[in-house]
Amino acid sequence: MNPNATAVGGIYGYSHTTGGYDGGQAELVRVPFADVGPTIIPEWMSDEDALMCTDALPTGYFGAQLGDIAEGDVVTVFGAGPVGLYAAASAWLMGAGRVIVVDHLDDRLELASRFAHAETVNFGQVDDVVVHLKQQTDHLGSDVVIDAVGAEADGNLLQHVTSAKLKLQGGSPIALNWAIDAVRKGGTISVMGAYGPMFSAVKFGDAMNKGLTIRANQCPVKRQWPRLFEHIRNGHLKPSEIVTHRIPLDDIAEGYHLFSAKLDGCIKPVVVPTAA
Amino acid sequence: MSATTPYAREARTGIPSADELRSRIPGWGADLDPADRPSYPREIDAVPDTAHWHLPEQQEEAWPRERSIEHARLTPVFGTSCPPRGLSGAVRKLAYARYSEARAAHWLLLLAADRIDVKEQAALALLRGRPDDPVTQTGILGERRYHGLSSRRRGHRVDTVHHPLDPVIVGLPWIAGGWAAWRLLRRARR
Repeated sequence: MNPNATAVGGIYGYSHTTGGYDGGQAELVRVPFADVGPTIIPEWMSDEDALMCTDALPTGYFGAQLGDIAEGDVVTVFGAGPVGLYAAASAWLMGAGRVIVVDHLDDRLELASRFAHAETVNFGQVDDVVVHLKQQTDHLGSDVVIDAVGAEADGNLLQHVTSAKLKLQGGSPIALNWAIDAVRKGGTISVMGAYGPMFSAVKFGDAMNKGLTIRANQCPVKRQWPRLFEHIRNGHLKPSEIVTHRIPLDDIAEGYHLFSAKLDGCIKPVVVPTAA
Repeated sequence: MSATTPYAREARTGIPSADELRSRIPGWGADLDPADRPSYPREIDAVPDTAHWHLPEQQEEAWPRERSIEHARLTPVFGTSCPPRGLSGAVRKLAYARYSEARAAHWLLLLAADRIDVKEQAALALLRGRPDDPVTQTGILGERRYHGLSSRRRGHRVDTVHHPLDPVIVGLPWIAGGWAAWRLLRRARR
């Protein structure tokens, strides 16, 4: 529950704008509605697979569902971070015919190819990513595009600096604008990338004139668990495969910097309290 | 005209068959039926069967809890970890009491309050004898351990274009704050 705003609900560690709850990285955590929220981790599940089930995996899986993917659809995912990788892998479960992942970090694209069986595009290597994607999709565009980037998107210096750095926008809508242009007419955009509550410079006229459906939400995590547990048990998804770094609690400040600055090929770091 | 033009009747090409995809991709099509996906239907009864309450018990209000004026009432449960204090608290209370979420003033005041809060907390930490340490607490030392330079030079990263700017944006408030403190100190000594 979130008294501070009518958007979303309460989220741990998401500041006073989502209910003013402290983050979960603490010795003790208050759990409102403990008779509703938690679930028992199956005995067969590894700790790291269970950890991925708390946020990134269900978010990616939910993002693919928001795309309303039909059999044979061409699905493009912007962002090869944890959520984007899981969204790409989930798109296949829903019957995608092609899955294309776009990023500018080679390590992440390599994982998108290996982990999510996706085609990849490094937008740092192409002149115009939208034209490139059109060329790869019969000049129609993708049926579904998933924005798994959000507020700190790179790819346009003006957008990045005015939003991520100077906070003049509620988020850098570079990926969202590319999604609007890269999807086919009448296509669907699923927005998993997080944006702030203030306005962003979104190309809404293009979205309107192309007749797009834009669907967005924070993920209802618990609703995804029973099916995700099945997929993990059946070997359809192996979420812990994207973990690249295990950080002792004593080094957490450097661990955050490693993740934030995307150093050392970091894709998903895990904090390990006992490894200190 | 090429058969692959979008103006052709069957324009989409290159989609492998379901059998091929099933043999290549683990779990392909396991959630093929949209009506059998976890998020279908889109809207469901929000109260799960495991809940013992109809309306949750009202949490005790330790202070007049700031809330969006778009809400009919204070929610039964709320966070208590950010009680409004000092100047930043006064600005936050004003933002919540006066402006709805539809007003830019609401969010701009909250953004300003965040900035003021950072300065208040930095001053408080200094007074308590545990000043913030921008070297160890920002994790910047990770640049050495995690190959900062080579990580950025590798591949085709586009964010390198603003990396020289990042330390300026992070460091400028510290430099400006130090300069202001030095000016104040010098003025007080005169």
